[in-house]
Amino acid sequence: MGSQVGWGTSKEFTDIVKAIGEAKSKAEEERIVTAEIETLKKRIAEPDVPRKKMKEYIIRLVYVEMLGHDASFGYIHAVKMTHDDNLLLKKTGYLAVTLFLNEDHDLIILIVNTIQKDLRSDNHLVCCAALTAVCKLINEETIPAVLPQVVDLLQHPKEIVKKKAVMALHRFYQRAPHTVSHLLPKFQKAVIDTDPSVISAALCALYDLVTADARSYKNMTGSFVQILKQVAERRFPKPYDYHSTPAPFIQIKLLKILALLGAGDKPMSDNMYNVLGDVIRKNDSGTNIGNAILYETICTITSIHPHPKLLETAAEITSRFLKDINHNLKYMGIDALGRVIKINPEFAEEHQLAVIDCLEDPDDTLKRKTLDLLYKMTRSSNVVVIVERMISYMRTISDTHNKTEIASRIIELAERFAPNNQWFIQTMNQVFELAGDLVPPKVAHDLMRLIAEGAGEEDEDADSQLRSSAVESYLQVLGEPKLPSILLQVICWVLGEYGTADGAYSAMDIIGKLCDVIEGHPGDDAVKGYAITAITKICAFEISAGRRVQLPPEGRAVVEELSASHSTDLQQRAYELMTFLELPAEVVAIVMPMDASCEDIEIDKNLPFLKDIVETALSNGARPYIPEHERVEGGLGTLLAVTNNGPPSSSLRFEAYDKPVVPVPVVTPVQPTPSVTDYEERSDRRSARTPYPSHSVSVAPEIDLINPESTRLRLDGVQRKWGRQTYSTPSFTASTERERSSNGGSHVRDTGSAPYESSSRAAEKKKPPVEVSSEKQKLAASLFGGSSGSRTAPSGSAAVRGARVAAHKGHGHGPGGGDNKHQTSVSVPVPAASSTPNPAPVPQAPPPDLLDMTDGEPAPTAPRNDPFKLLEGLIDPQAGSGSGTSAPSAKADVDLMSLYGTGQSNPVDGGVQSSSQVGLSPLLGSTGLPSTVQPAGSPVVKKGPSPQGSLQKDATARQAGVTPTVVNPDLFKDLLG
Amino acid sequence: MIRFILLQNRQGKTRLAKYYVPLEDSEKHKLEYEVHRLVVNRDPKFTNFVEFRTHKVIYRRYAGLFFSMCVDITDNELAYLESIHLFVEILDHFFSNVCELDLVFNFHKVYLILDEFILAGELQETSKKAIIERMNELERQE
Repeated sequence: MGSQVGWGTSKEFTDIVKAIGEAKSKAEEERIVTAEIETLKKRIAEPDVPRKKMKEYIIRLVYVEMLGHDASFGYIHAVKMTHDDNLLLKKTGYLAVTLFLNEDHDLIILIVNTIQKDLRSDNHLVCCAALTAVCKLINEETIPAVLPQVVDLLQHPKEIVKKKAVMALHRFYQRAPHTVSHLLPKFQKAVIDTDPSVISAALCALYDLVTADARSYKNMTGSFVQILKQVAERRFPKPYDYHSTPAPFIQIKLLKILALLGAGDKPMSDNMYNVLGDVIRKNDSGTNIGNAILYETICTITSIHPHPKLLETAAEITSRFLKDINHNLKYMGIDALGRVIKINPEFAEEHQLAVIDCLEDPDDTLKRKTLDLLYKMTRSSNVVVIVERMISYMRTISDTHNKTEIASRIIELAERFAPNNQWFIQTMNQVFELAGDLVPPKVAHDLMRLIAEGAGEEDEDADSQLRSSAVESYLQVLGEPKLPSILLQVICWVLGEYGTADGAYSAMDIIGKLCDVIEGHPGDDAVKGYAITAITKICAFEISAGRRVQLPPEGRAVVEELSASHSTDLQQRAYELMTFLELPAEVVAIVMPMDASCEDIEIDKNLPFLKDIVETALSNGARPYIPEHERVEGGLGTLLAVTNNGPPSSSLRFEAYDKPVVPVPVVTPVQPTPSVTDYEERSDRRSARTPYPSHSVSVAPEIDLINPESTRLRLDGVQRKWGRQTYSTPSFTASTERERSSNGGSHVRDTGSAPYESSSRAAEKKKPPVEVSSEKQKLAASLFGGSSGSRTAPSGSAAVRGARVAAHKGHGHGPGGGDNKHQTSVSVPVPAASSTPNPAPVPQAPPPDLLDMTDGEPAPTAPRNDPFKLLEGLIDPQAGSGSGTSAPSAKADVDLMSLYGTGQSNPVDGGVQSSSQVGLSPLLGSTGLPSTVQPAGSPVVKKGPSPQGSLQKDATARQAGVTPTVVNPDLFKDLLG
Repeated sequence: MIRFILLQNRQGKTRLAKYYVPLEDSEKHKLEYEVHRLVVNRDPKFTNFVEFRTHKVIYRRYAGLFFSMCVDITDNELAYLESIHLFVEILDHFFSNVCELDLVFNFHKVYLILDEFILAGELQETSKKAIIERMNELERQE
């Protein structure tokens, strides 16, 4: 260990490092580095640089590059150095090239040959160096060049070589699976090696393989379980212990693999239960690493086929994590809670307070994680509170990535669980305002559709009320500056469609507002298009109502401007408006009927009225029409563009509309006659009249109506969007209701027709537990607004079973012993049926209940406040004593590492200790030279020659002229001290 | 899988940077800047985890140095946090009471140790003894 005390580099280099370290400003540093680069350029190009010197230059290049400067002029020298026979030089060369070059760099080709040679070397150190380089530098094309040698090295007598060869092979698999597809059994062989590091390397690869295809590796479950057992029983070599936990990183890898193998597979899971129990028992040490393993075990337990006893344990550990004062553990607890409640939703309520605490924590990471959790446990009863939280969080963040994610989650929740339309519209408006154009356009279209279709019932009053309130709110919103384009489009459409519907506003008012929009957004063609069409509609409604319409002066100005617009689309809209103003009332009423955006426009795809024209053309020698799908690829591109197959970006057609199959070359929609009375299909079919009436011929092709599957699926999408429809439609049978909600809840996992077979309970039973639970979750919510009865129930070990039963006991006594999987699922329809008479209370007035996680204030105060107080009372003395003991002990044993080890063994104090440990340095190293303080304690000795070492080190530093500076006072501080 | 490892001091000066995924130089500098900004002002009692784009950064501060590791979103945070600590323990053992200064002047050795500890983005050797022995073997060649 000699040389680490001295630095073994030249004075010149030491000086540079020192100068950079002491640089007062970024500019000064730049200057020094630039000078260094110039020096290196010159030196390195000199003829006959001694090899030892060259090594130093290469290291200096690495340094320069690390500081963020370009050292590419020296890459070739690093490459050359890999050819050297001297091991150290070779290693330096490899080190430099792995840092400098990416796998696609041109120079790689010059190294491959050397690597090949080195892989065959007798010296295992050379092999290792080459293998390290292989992992970084070999790309898909060069894999075959080194593959045979790497495979040979799998038999190498030295474990260290074997291990690296396995990892290299794994890397090849990641890069280009097909190149090593015939070698996969090698991993299975390596995993039964005797050396832990080889096993560990093989496990990394196997984890990837199992992730890709678990079924092919099911037969290995036994071996994995066996290895895990051996590790847990401390049959692995001692050096692999970490903080007296046996080979923790291997345990974690194994647990990850088992989670994949046991997912939804009862026989496989059966093999694992025992060992999982063992792992939990043996790692319940309260150390960080022990907790890491416990967390991973929870992941495994919640992923494999459920085992009641283990779930119970998992729940217990989760509670412990959540209650810990260490933020890291809280975070893991929140994550684990999210996993546990997937199996057992009721478990969450026990931890409402802890969750609320985390949500209000100033730590952003924790807050985000908690929002994730809330997102997972949202139901119709608590959606209002949760979405409110999410929106207020969205106000605080600025980066687009997060914002987009949160926005899409809010939208999803709102669509799925909205208690009423009003709320939905207001929520959407907020999302649009905050996230603006990060919201996908489809959401806007869905919102417009909702306003148009209303509640989907025959309750016209409620619908028009909804529309009036939408109009009202939008007129208000219009007053605000800087509205996102997408929101403006929605506003224009709604104003055009319903602005004058209830008579509260005159046509002139609305037209005036719309003109303002057009004038206020000169650059936004989409908004202008929506606005002008809205004006057209309002005029048309006025005309058909028999009133004379005179555009206000600013309206005329707008129309004139747009009719000369560069955008042909806008031009056309403007001309349409002018045409409408000329037409008689009867025609206008037919062309542009009131409130008909939800009506269907029937289209006869055969276009019989064109028959004469076609026949004439054919008889004149024209070529017959070839349907699109029969055309040859060649000329298709242009044709497709013309047939507007899929909306062009600038057009505002709703994406959600059915794809037009036939391009209908009509400008004024004369021939599609809206069938006004067609109410039956209202919910299936969507608006045929877009805000762009002239282009509005995109109608559901008949196929879609005929094909039951696609119709059903889409209908379903509609249902899912507005959950309350599900709940408030009394005509639905209970089982439909259940299906719908289950479909909404787990639509991602659903495989199609399964949810429709209401009788196939047995089939559902076989589905992964997740599904059952989310179904249960929603069922519980829709039936009794969140099983308030069970608020008292689960505590301690009975939590799992108790909560499960609770899910069904809202109505008197559900079938007892609900922890039997089969019974549980069978019992589902019973409460469902009994609840049909009064599904109404759920959406209208969700009773305050446990599910309102965030409902801290309005909830029953006395019992809720108590736990808080209790908790505080608990925490305070502990925190006090914790820090009280840790501080003196830290002073007593200067060796913090041992402190770290022992301190963690106390689960309560763990948080204090580890957090103080992380930030402890100020406590201890108040001087710049803690090394001189160090020699006090005896424990230091076991870490090596530390007192002398430190003194020596200090001396060396001072010799070199390095002294602790104001710039970085921590330079001398022991990292672990 | 580990995407990259950074050692930075409080001023954001990079003491070591190792990437296990191919990245452009400009991208690397941006990452280093962003990671430093993310971790430097966090309260010591906060979690040691920060979401970072589509990944997460696990970091830990030792004296004036931040050790940050970028891992997949599905990875076990606590385990990686402990692997950082194991790495520091190894450094501590190798340099006997390691301080930032050791790492500044011996960064190339730190890289070598790291190469023994992590390979291709995975932990390759978790035995402190094995790594120290191997480093000593290399040292003897000098």
